[in-house]
Amino acid sequence: MQELDTAGLGSVRVTRQSDTVVILEKDLATEQMVLAMGPQHPSTHGVLKLECLTDGEVITQAEPYLGYLHRCFEKCCENVDYPAVVPYTDRLDYLAGMNSEFAYAITVEKLLDIEIPRRVEFIRVIVAELNRIASHLVAIGTYGIDLGAFTPFLFCFRDREIILGLLEWASGARMLYNYIWVGGLAYDVPADFLKRVKEFVNYFRPKTVELCELLTKNEIFVKRTLGIGIMPADVAINYGWSGPMLRGSGVKWDLRRNDPYSIYPELDFKVPVPDGKDSVIGDCLSRHLVRAWEMDESLKIIEQCIDKIPSAEGFNPRSAIPKRIRPKAGEVYGRAENPRGELGFYIESDGKSTKPVRCKARSSCFVNLSAMKDLSKGQLIPDLVAIIGSIDIVLGEVDR
Amino acid sequence: MEEGKVISQSLQESAAAYSIIHEKFGSAISALDANETMPFFEVIDTSQWTEIALFMRDHPKLKFNYMACLTGVDYPAEEKLGIICNFESLALFNHKLAVKVKCVRDGGSIPSVACVWHTANWHEREAYDMFGMTFTGHPELRRILCPDDWEGYPLRKDYKVQDQYHGIKVPY
Repeated sequence: MQELDTAGLGSVRVTRQSDTVVILEKDLATEQMVLAMGPQHPSTHGVLKLECLTDGEVITQAEPYLGYLHRCFEKCCENVDYPAVVPYTDRLDYLAGMNSEFAYAITVEKLLDIEIPRRVEFIRVIVAELNRIASHLVAIGTYGIDLGAFTPFLFCFRDREIILGLLEWASGARMLYNYIWVGGLAYDVPADFLKRVKEFVNYFRPKTVELCELLTKNEIFVKRTLGIGIMPADVAINYGWSGPMLRGSGVKWDLRRNDPYSIYPELDFKVPVPDGKDSVIGDCLSRHLVRAWEMDESLKIIEQCIDKIPSAEGFNPRSAIPKRIRPKAGEVYGRAENPRGELGFYIESDGKSTKPVRCKARSSCFVNLSAMKDLSKGQLIPDLVAIIGSIDIVLGEVDR
Repeated sequence: MEEGKVISQSLQESAAAYSIIHEKFGSAISALDANETMPFFEVIDTSQWTEIALFMRDHPKLKFNYMACLTGVDYPAEEKLGIICNFESLALFNHKLAVKVKCVRDGGSIPSVACVWHTANWHEREAYDMFGMTFTGHPELRRILCPDDWEGYPLRKDYKVQDQYHGIKVPY
């Protein structure tokens, strides 16, 4: 082995290739660098700024800065009547408007104490689950893009388009529906709607398998996500995580099961959690897998609802809506399982006004994102992208 | 509570959980408001709030390990600001409780529970951002949704929006 003159280089780490010595690292003076990811960065899924302190490729600290989409949803709510809040809730999580409306509607209904017609409940569940699939398709598709897989994104958006078409047919809008009202629905579903939904379910079931083969079993994708960003279950609970994030950490907790609302207790579906065979429990891949499995469960729920739904004869979707919504004085915290976790509304009513005194939205993404600092410590920069993608944030809901 | 009213199972469990806390802290907390929609009690001696929080989290029969929500509220009639925290014991027990903590409107402060539940970290920052109460012991209390140099606290009932922000007209 030839002698290497390292004078002036400080200590070096070397390797030998056949007979020559190759310098891998020179001990140059290093310093921490501040790297701003965002606010305009495709992998942040919106306008989120991450200020990263990096030591080479390793992130020592990542501080999220939010509020770029803040429009003070809660102040808006205090200035409008109860039914007029519904369109605002659409704009919280704009990828799952139906679910947001659903959460708000059941919260106000808790205060109102009114009986909802059964057909309304079934339609609500059908559209909410359809929207859940659409939302998970975006989450999975864009996650693929984050990690360099372009094709699954196109597959996902092709199928999502069908769901948006169906929801547009029912409500008149593609994303901001204003369909689930407090006490009822804006309209009954169109004739033949349920038939088309059933056709979609049959069409989509093989597609989930295809998507799984294309992305979930893709070796490059697995290598980028397996064992990255692990969150233990107890820390996840302490952080207030919910939805697929919490279930990805192995906690079998689904509000549709554990704090049931609407007709979910009557329906048969599983709450999928990773078993540690395909992924490390709590890592990015687990969270992705939970979303993929949940789509299958949503299809099951939709099928059961179509079979059980009462007929439309003599049905008025607005029959239970009070003429004037003025809940009794009191406070309520109501919540529903959204595609991204627990969306809760705290509503305070003084019993006199037709406007809420206080309406707070507990956003699931906001809470899930707050663990970013812990999750990113010591990770590589490319892994940071994988972690943000797995949290599946919608900045409309984070910033409110 | 009114006599003869049917009390739901979950409310009974919440009341039982409350009595354990009441036994320990006595007059530091108010009586339980046992309504069906959101049973809650108020912390009267706010200096004990962090202790109560730790007790609620760690007592083997309570185990409130999950903070669902922390809401800031303005009570202009009482000249007070407050927070409302919704707790539950995820996957362990069925009880749910909400806790109210209040402070004076001008320059009031509430002990932080960010060290007890991580969830409280960002939520307390949000409450500070929107209402202006401070949280003593919070690791980094600064605005979260509004810019750092924003004037006033938007969710206070008497909030007036500033005219100009860096030369941009604010009211539309």
